[in-house]
Amino acid sequence: MPRAKAAHRELGPAALLALRVLLLVAIFFLWYGLVTLRFLPAFFFGRPFVVLERVGQWFASGKIYPHLGVTLIETVLAFAAGTLLGVAAGLWLGLRAMASALLEPYIKAANAMPRVILAPIFAVWFGLGIASKVALGVTLVFFIVFFNVYQGVREVSPTVLASVRMLGASPRQLVRYVYLPSATSWVFSSLHTSVGMAFVGAVVGEYLGSAAGVGYLILQAEGSFDIDTVFAGILVLTGFALLLDYVVTVIERRLLVWMPRAGRRE
Amino acid sequence: MSSTEVEAVLSLDRVTVAWPAPRKGESEYVAVEDVSLEVGRGEFLSVVGPTGCGKSTLLNVAAGLLAPSAGSVLVSGERLQGINRRAGYLFQGEALMPWRSARENVEAGLLFAGVAPRAARERAEAWLARVGLSRFGDSYPHQLSGGMRKRVALAQTLVLEPRILLMDEPFSALDVQTRQLMENELLELWSSDRRSVVFITHDLEEAIALSDRVVLLSAGPRTRPIGDFRIDLPRPRDVAEIRASPRFSELHVHIWRALRAEVLRAYAQSEGRA
Repeated sequence: MPRAKAAHRELGPAALLALRVLLLVAIFFLWYGLVTLRFLPAFFFGRPFVVLERVGQWFASGKIYPHLGVTLIETVLAFAAGTLLGVAAGLWLGLRAMASALLEPYIKAANAMPRVILAPIFAVWFGLGIASKVALGVTLVFFIVFFNVYQGVREVSPTVLASVRMLGASPRQLVRYVYLPSATSWVFSSLHTSVGMAFVGAVVGEYLGSAAGVGYLILQAEGSFDIDTVFAGILVLTGFALLLDYVVTVIERRLLVWMPRAGRRE
Repeated sequence: MSSTEVEAVLSLDRVTVAWPAPRKGESEYVAVEDVSLEVGRGEFLSVVGPTGCGKSTLLNVAAGLLAPSAGSVLVSGERLQGINRRAGYLFQGEALMPWRSARENVEAGLLFAGVAPRAARERAEAWLARVGLSRFGDSYPHQLSGGMRKRVALAQTLVLEPRILLMDEPFSALDVQTRQLMENELLELWSSDRRSVVFITHDLEEAIALSDRVVLLSAGPRTRPIGDFRIDLPRPRDVAEIRASPRFSELHVHIWRALRAEVLRAYAQSEGRA
């Protein structure tokens, strides 16, 4: 974000952070004011301090941890399975012109379909446990990874490819030394999106029918018109998503040392 | 020609490369036509021609990356099929694997050939040292300068000890100073083991400074050799100094006359097309 960087330089990092926190507090109090002065009905919009209290209670009592754990497991499993399948399918179709020509319209159709609608089917097939959420997450992650790998395989530099062939690589070695690393870099470029999608799959799956998870908490609260708890759940999910994104950034920095980053050329 | 009297390490025998017509009713595009070319053992041959004349096409045929439409390629008298395993290829563009460090790039070919990882690593280190990059083994290509990347590519190719070195305008992207440095380094490496070299360039001065023999190609399409000049400058040479010698100027004037006609023809053709 070059704009953010420019702002950094103008204000200094501390002042920028202070402003950002101030903005959050301002929005919070605007919300509080609107509800307290009855411009907004508390029944539908919740009471901010009750929401915060609910979040605090969850973490203090430890009640939230098993639910977060379930959501995390679903996210990680969906991400891992979706990525593995996506890489395998992307490599295979990227290297087989015939198969990709044959399957192209079906892949497009499957990608165009709103996959959230598969959740009820998965619930019927795999039950209300973890499996149905993972399945939904996989269908979301798979296509992101698949298209990136497929693109990555087809856009391998022809010079690098010719050069490695001249060095004596067999077709299998070409996959290992060229296609796979090239595809991996594309997978990483989509990592933020695909982890986010795995998370969406888990939460939406839980929301549509489950026995545990943060989505389940929200579903329960909504059933009893407890809007404060719904907002508390959303707050926890948002924080969790930010945390996941941060972890992805750290992993990415570790694994993609070979990639040139703008403005970080040594 | 004296070069053909000894056994040729690499010879193109009446090679034609044609691309199929883009649309029905149009004629096919003949990039090179009926080209015969021989490279002797230990000979440094430069192929010079105007831009777009199919020089790289010829080199790809010699490398086995491209099958000729007609004619054949002989490597030490044997007909070439598939990739030319005796040849190393130095490309014009960036050919290093960006996800592998300099050392990992250099050792790749050895690993493909089944050399044990430890031995491959040692030989890669040795070659990195020979091209003056022993401190940069762990650097990734994007962390190196253009000249350093070319040196890694040179080490990557030479570590396999190819009999024939094919070079496609390898230094054209470098600035003049780096380029002369690289040319001198190339000559030094070459003089230590005298492999056969086919060096493609559009720069006549570079060709004369480096080579034993310069072959001129006509403007495309239907490119063919139109001149074959022996370069009798003494070795060892310094590419910067040799340019100042009177014999160099003589050769340059002599070959340039032949080349100029072709450049003008190529220019007229591109004008006519536009």
